[in-house]
Amino acid sequence: MAEQPIVRMQKVNKYFGRLHVLRDIELDVVPGEVVVIIGASGSGKSTLIRCVNGLEPFQQGAIEVDGHPLKPGDQGSRDLQAIRREVGMVFQQFNLFPHRTVLQNVTLAPMKVRGTDRREAEETARRLLDRVGIGNQAEKYPTQLSGGQQQRVAIARALAMEPRLMLFDEPTSALDPEMIGEVLDVMRELAGEGMTMMIVTHEMGFAREVADRVIYIHEGQIVEEGPPEEVFDRPQSERTQAFLSRVLKH
Amino acid sequence: MGGDFTFDWQAAIASIPYLLEGIPYTLLISFAGLVFGFLLGIVFGLLSINPVRLLRWPAIAYIEVFRGTPVLVQVLFIFYGLPELLGGPINALTAGIAAIALNSGAYISEIVRGGVQSIDRGQREAGLSLGLSRGQTFRYVIWPQALKRMIPPLGNQAIVSIKDTSLFSVIGVGELVRQGQIYIATTFTALEVYLMVALLYLAITLTLSALLRWAERTGVVGGR
Repeated sequence: MAEQPIVRMQKVNKYFGRLHVLRDIELDVVPGEVVVIIGASGSGKSTLIRCVNGLEPFQQGAIEVDGHPLKPGDQGSRDLQAIRREVGMVFQQFNLFPHRTVLQNVTLAPMKVRGTDRREAEETARRLLDRVGIGNQAEKYPTQLSGGQQQRVAIARALAMEPRLMLFDEPTSALDPEMIGEVLDVMRELAGEGMTMMIVTHEMGFAREVADRVIYIHEGQIVEEGPPEEVFDRPQSERTQAFLSRVLKH
Repeated sequence: MGGDFTFDWQAAIASIPYLLEGIPYTLLISFAGLVFGFLLGIVFGLLSINPVRLLRWPAIAYIEVFRGTPVLVQVLFIFYGLPELLGGPINALTAGIAAIALNSGAYISEIVRGGVQSIDRGQREAGLSLGLSRGQTFRYVIWPQALKRMIPPLGNQAIVSIKDTSLFSVIGVGELVRQGQIYIATTFTALEVYLMVALLYLAITLTLSALLRWAERTGVVGGR
């Protein structure tokens, strides 16, 4: 692990009003690593990854992403802009742009942020849509697609910016069970290609399979972290054991 | 009295050419007033949701004042009151356009605010997370969706404002109602003429409604 981390979180604290949602988060992610964050709802796991691209400002500590510092309270600095150009994000609710076609969803950011010309942006977009298995739906509008298809478009949209890091915020939680697999397949493939990923998920089987490291977070604190075999099979903390016995039972 | 009255179709039809002369004024005041009102509405509507208090408060004050006072009072103030401050008369047509602009602007500000605030927070987050600036996120993601949702209430406002122009007969703008009044003064055919006046307003507002429905259906505004 001599490699420079791409994400470095140091003593990050965040409050929603009086609620202390992140407590002294210390977390480094190296390029190519797949980090899966698990924990009960309300534990702060989504908030944690939303801090990485500044969707949530934090109050104390420091975050550095790909060499760009992010300071407490930052909501729009140049560094934050730079971070967002390099970091893709996939949301629970997809958040596709309903007024734009699938193709236009994917080409928007490359054209407006990177200044890519339309022809090139569309070529890239079609290639990415093919890759996630939506190539023949490029001219449709998001609402004409199933949830699983929409989420795959959202992944393609993020990939179009050629991100160095991908954040996934419960990407399958809003999907019907039969569509979860198709989204996880795409993510698995990405992980296999060496994409650096931070994933918040409730899919424990998937976590065990793709994660290089699993982080268990409880009440805003990292309670346990390690390779999936260790965290899942030999959890050290009682809290982790209790959580896992609850989620793995069924 | 009552039962003896017969509707004089000839008088009604005879009044039409005269009434039609008022239509350009009605349309001009409505159109120009609403165009400026829309601009005011965008500016003050967006200011009214700006996090900076110093920008937000004046916008809210403007909205409350012009929404909370009658158009008639506003135009009387502009036409009779303002000249005392400015030291020169104000053209009645200008006063009418200004009153519609300021009044509809206040309502449209609220329409703009509601439209923008109705867009899911996730849309903004998606835009920002892709590296779009806040301005770009607004322009390419939020605004087109908000605009589409604003069409029905904007249509309502346009119809209200068109009808409001009838009040400007009191300051002597030769719009539809004023033309009717002048005509009636010499012919004493109030029933016939006011019915024609009403039908002409209806023709204008129904045309507008049809246009708006078409705009909504075909998605010429804000895509699908």
